[in-house]
Amino acid sequence: MRVIIDQDKCVASGQCVLAAAGVFDQRDEDGIVVLLNDNPPAELHEDVRQAAAVCPALAITVEES
Amino acid sequence: MTGPNRIVVVGAGAAGLTAAEALRNRGYDGTLTLIGDEQHLPYDRPPLSKQILAGTWEPDRIALRGNDPLAKLDADLLLGRSAVGLDMATRQVLLGGGDRIDFDGLVIATGVTPRSLPGADIAGIHLLRTLDDALSLRAHLLDGPAVVVVGAGFLGAEVAAVARGMSLDVTLIDPQPVPMYRQFGHRIGELVGRLHTDHGVSLRCGTGVRRFLGAAGRVIGVELTDGSSMDADLVVVAVGAAPAIDWLAGSGLPLGNGVECDTHCQVAPGIYAAGDIASWHNNHFDTRMRLEHRMNATEQAMAAAGNLLGADRPFAPVPYFWTDQYDARIQAYGIFPADAEITVLHGQPTSRKFVAGYGHHGTMVGVLGWNSPRELRTLRQLVVDRTPWPPQASVSATAIAS
Repeated sequence: MRVIIDQDKCVASGQCVLAAAGVFDQRDEDGIVVLLNDNPPAELHEDVRQAAAVCPALAITVEES
Repeated sequence: MTGPNRIVVVGAGAAGLTAAEALRNRGYDGTLTLIGDEQHLPYDRPPLSKQILAGTWEPDRIALRGNDPLAKLDADLLLGRSAVGLDMATRQVLLGGGDRIDFDGLVIATGVTPRSLPGADIAGIHLLRTLDDALSLRAHLLDGPAVVVVGAGFLGAEVAAVARGMSLDVTLIDPQPVPMYRQFGHRIGELVGRLHTDHGVSLRCGTGVRRFLGAAGRVIGVELTDGSSMDADLVVVAVGAAPAIDWLAGSGLPLGNGVECDTHCQVAPGIYAAGDIASWHNNHFDTRMRLEHRMNATEQAMAAAGNLLGADRPFAPVPYFWTDQYDARIQAYGIFPADAEITVLHGQPTSRKFVAGYGHHGTMVGVLGWNSPRELRTLRQLVVDRTPWPPQASVSATAIAS
């Protein structure tokens, strides 16, 4: 799995961190998404798919390999 | 009992598309029909009053899905088609033009229609709901008009901010004492008002529109209920929206403030609703609600799709929503009743970086963050946990530290 984020689209909702805290974080100053791991392990895949699905800004793309 | 194998989703916005996708993700392999009344491929609405109106994004940026995911959906995508009726006896959706589509599972996601005002049918007066509305409004803003925005809720306040960003003269009118009064109450509304006046908006609160002034079929001004009037070359009417339930009249489904669902987003056996149109009982707050928020469209659509396929899970979220105006990002979790009490949990309102908590009937029901995304996300837990109100002073510090 490869995870791609779009910081320009991100609205700092933090939904991705709620869904998959080990993969996403938010910048201190403005809450914009930070990707901690663009190739997360299998046990986190479902959480990452959930994060992408609920992102209200469509800022997360998941490429399944 | 076998599950449905002819599912129809009416409405191709965020809720409808998400429902269709969630059905497939859950393994549904029957026929799937997605009906939308606009010609455009499914697109996202929050940027319409922000980046699209400001011209910083092209329309292709707001496509909800690319072509590949849409093709993978394996759905009949009927665009530019309106549902005009629902026949419960034959289990069919009626389309304009006379087609009937059979279903054994239905998701209703037709959203809302913007309200207008009497006399607003003259040139120069705009509503904003669709991409075409946004592009038309932007084109007219580029002419450099004097702008009057009627209604200082989410939409009106965002439009005013964008218009000021284009250096236009902007007047923002609302009959409530402060902007966003219904959403967040007096104290936060006052801060929103100051934000707009600081950016040069002429704010006229506590007064409504008596009538639009026109000449040769075109708006030239607005007369207010306080007797004053002002010139206007362009007016945006942003006075809320009504659930798009007309096509369901006479169907026998329970209609009121939207389509009335139970705790599981079910309207009737095999029939679910999601997004702006759906009113349902949220167990977390033990109250009926209908939300016109982007996040809810996704979450409710996923819940409705799951329950249509037998998941049997109540939909009881802590709602999330946000608005961007100038340099202010205001985000909120929960509900914000008109008679809620409010207290600052973190930061300082004067520094425009803070989180406020809202209490109602002895429980914390909402948290609102102003330019404080990380702190707000942490303090959301206080709402999830139904923290007693008023909160102890240590509660927010502990939550943020954890």
